[in-house]
Amino acid sequence: MKAIISIELYKIFRRPRTYIAFGAIAALIMVIQLGLKMDGQSYAGFLMKDINDTLTVDGKVLNGYLICYILLQLLLVHVPLLVALIAADMISGEANLGTLRLLFTTPYSRTQWVLGKFIAASIYTIVLLIWLAFLALFVSMWIFGTDDLFLMKSNYVVLIQEQDVLWRYVGAFVFASFSLLTVTSLGFLMSSLANNSIGPIVGTMSAIVFFTILSTLNIPLFSVIKPYLFTTHMNNWKEFFDIKVNENNEAVFGTILNMAKIKTSLIVLTLHIILFVTASVFITKRKDILS
Amino acid sequence: MPVIQVHQLSKHFGALKAVNQLSFNVNEGEVFGFLGQNGSGKSTTIRMLLSLIHPTSGHIELFGKPLQSHRTQILEEIGAIIERPDLYPYLTAQEHLQLFAKLRSKKIGKEDIHNTLQKVGLLDRSKDKVQTFSLGMKQRLGIAIALVHNPSLIILDEPTNGLDPQGITDIRTLIQQLAKEEGKTVLVSSHLLSEIEQMATQIMIIHKGEKVAEGPIQKLLDPNKMIVHIKTTNDAHAVQVILSGSFSNYLMQRTDGIYLSIPTYEIPLLNQSLVNAGVGLIGLESRNALEDYFLQVTSNSN
Amino acid sequence: MKKTISYIGIIVAILFAQEVNAQVDPLIEKVSQKLALVNDYVAEGVMKTDVSFIKASLGKVKVYFKKPNLLKVKKEGGISLLPKGGVSVTINSLLNTKQYIALPAGTQSYEGKTLTVIKLVPTDEKLDWVISTLWIDPSDALVYKTFTTTKENGSYEITMEYGQYASYGLPSKIIFGFNTKDYKLPNGITLEFGDEDPISKQKALKNKKGKIEIKYTNYTINKGVSNSMF
Repeated sequence: MKAIISIELYKIFRRPRTYIAFGAIAALIMVIQLGLKMDGQSYAGFLMKDINDTLTVDGKVLNGYLICYILLQLLLVHVPLLVALIAADMISGEANLGTLRLLFTTPYSRTQWVLGKFIAASIYTIVLLIWLAFLALFVSMWIFGTDDLFLMKSNYVVLIQEQDVLWRYVGAFVFASFSLLTVTSLGFLMSSLANNSIGPIVGTMSAIVFFTILSTLNIPLFSVIKPYLFTTHMNNWKEFFDIKVNENNEAVFGTILNMAKIKTSLIVLTLHIILFVTASVFITKRKDILS
Repeated sequence: MPVIQVHQLSKHFGALKAVNQLSFNVNEGEVFGFLGQNGSGKSTTIRMLLSLIHPTSGHIELFGKPLQSHRTQILEEIGAIIERPDLYPYLTAQEHLQLFAKLRSKKIGKEDIHNTLQKVGLLDRSKDKVQTFSLGMKQRLGIAIALVHNPSLIILDEPTNGLDPQGITDIRTLIQQLAKEEGKTVLVSSHLLSEIEQMATQIMIIHKGEKVAEGPIQKLLDPNKMIVHIKTTNDAHAVQVILSGSFSNYLMQRTDGIYLSIPTYEIPLLNQSLVNAGVGLIGLESRNALEDYFLQVTSNSN
Repeated sequence: MKKTISYIGIIVAILFAQEVNAQVDPLIEKVSQKLALVNDYVAEGVMKTDVSFIKASLGKVKVYFKKPNLLKVKKEGGISLLPKGGVSVTINSLLNTKQYIALPAGTQSYEGKTLTVIKLVPTDEKLDWVISTLWIDPSDALVYKTFTTTKENGSYEITMEYGQYASYGLPSKIIFGFNTKDYKLPNGITLEFGDEDPISKQKALKNKKGKIEIKYTNYTINKGVSNSMF
């Protein structure tokens, strides 16, 4: 199994395609960082229009922590697509290339291959996420500095103290890894169903886009199915950035408003991962390799 | 002990019987030629031997063990290439061997990889990416992957596909070497008789998923048992002449023409007696039994 | 013509005001005198933001003041939310300008004290407040409450409590009360797509009062504050 993981990783990181995702994330982040560096104040001003009517906000609102939050909001919709590019190709790509039969005639079971490949794809996903975290969080912290995190949500504003932020990002990134692994496993499932590369990639991307739209549309009809969509739960990393208040309306340092929501989402996502991977194993085991 | 034992093996894809009730054995140290046209079921059979395709019914044993229950153990001892040499275009020849070497429980060192590359004649291109390789070079690399872990059974599906004449000769020599010098069992498939007959010790021909001939190459190529196809202006007369003479025992029960299985030295006599009896002889083709089998199969399918 | 009349009105008012100021209201004068003791101060305190749509924790702040009306609240290494324009209507800012007419408005009882109510009307049009009501305890010349209506930023109620620094007229606790406007950002901008709960459904029920409270722990008075602080 270790051998499978290591050769799969070797193949992943020897492929030019792999670096498209890293490049794309770097480019997107840098463009947004540059934009916010050049014209961030007007963006912040726009966001704070309502607040500025009543209050004067003093301090570095547009600091690295807020930039990271903005980046994550934008990117965690797109990164799944980049994950799909690799994950959805793990089995079908080899079927398409014809190399799957080389792999499946090695002294390993297909279950081992599927799991090994899934673990390799997961490692890729995590590495991509670490890359994202590095650029979005640490580079933003370096460029914009740090300060309290002033978050403007739809109905209210959360002001989280500087010392209370970093661990939330750690939590958010761990959570995001579950979200992205769900995408990885979905891509995997699609990949086990097809013998060409493009189909599963497009299929996975379409599924994500489709479900994300369902998750984000506030239409009563969709609200019924929303709790069952993994895309709804994928977004709940944001819960790390909401804080409890006491009876005096004071935010309580180090608290998370809705931990139960995070836990539920993690459970739902984990179940999805298990379901998708098990299905991939099952399908691949039964499959005749005709390519 | 047979290395490969196949019993009543069938694979159906819907209504299509790709392989039907196929049974055969391959013994240790043999070069087993597996002949059949494209689409005859060779590849399906080989894929079943390698557990790439699940049989509809039947039983496969390799090294005396059922494939289904001892799959990984069995595959450890097999090296195979299946049809096209499909490889990773972004990896070099050496990387391919290194990766596949890792997947074996045996320790495979740099030297083994070096030797294998040398064996297939790719040493000078070992650092080049496969995307720069010709089809022939890819085929050699495919063979190298099959050999790198020094397996005792080598299964080669159409190994000379896409090779130039020199390449074909090289591979043939290599296969013979593996069997003779290293005592390996080789199952090699092809749709070309000429390719197989020069290296195989045992031959099996399948057609439409069923076995049509099997035997040692010496027997199938026995010069004393030639197959003669007689073409005449009056077949009924010719058959009459044959049946009334000393050749009656040689006449074969075939519907596609007049065929006799006859020792080589009697062919001139046969010719003479037909001419003497006034049979309008158009042609008299003699070929060895294997060729005949193969041609028969080929013509039947057309 | 109307303009001319109104100008004359203003001029008369100013002249009258100065006269009234000088003559009529010794209490304001007493308060001013007390405040005049302080040229500058740096105060440390804890700020609490209590606005229905804001979740913020208590934060340490430093308040810098310099005569006549420079005031700055700085959160130590953080982001602070202050009532807009609110700091310009603190007692010092109101009184130190000396540009107002003081009108007595009787007395009122407030937390067990009988306070004198005085209304201030600015005489300088440039000032951004329109009218301010002060509740003053005549016994110690301390202002306990002000209610100021500004030109642009609505009304502020400021209540004060006194302690150790009462002799300087400096409060130990100050609460800015102000009206808040609705806060709502479209989902598309915040990318919040979940079913976000309002901060507290009860509070959301048109509780448009915001409060910012600073509890002072310590003042450093008249030790000099650089202008660059403001």
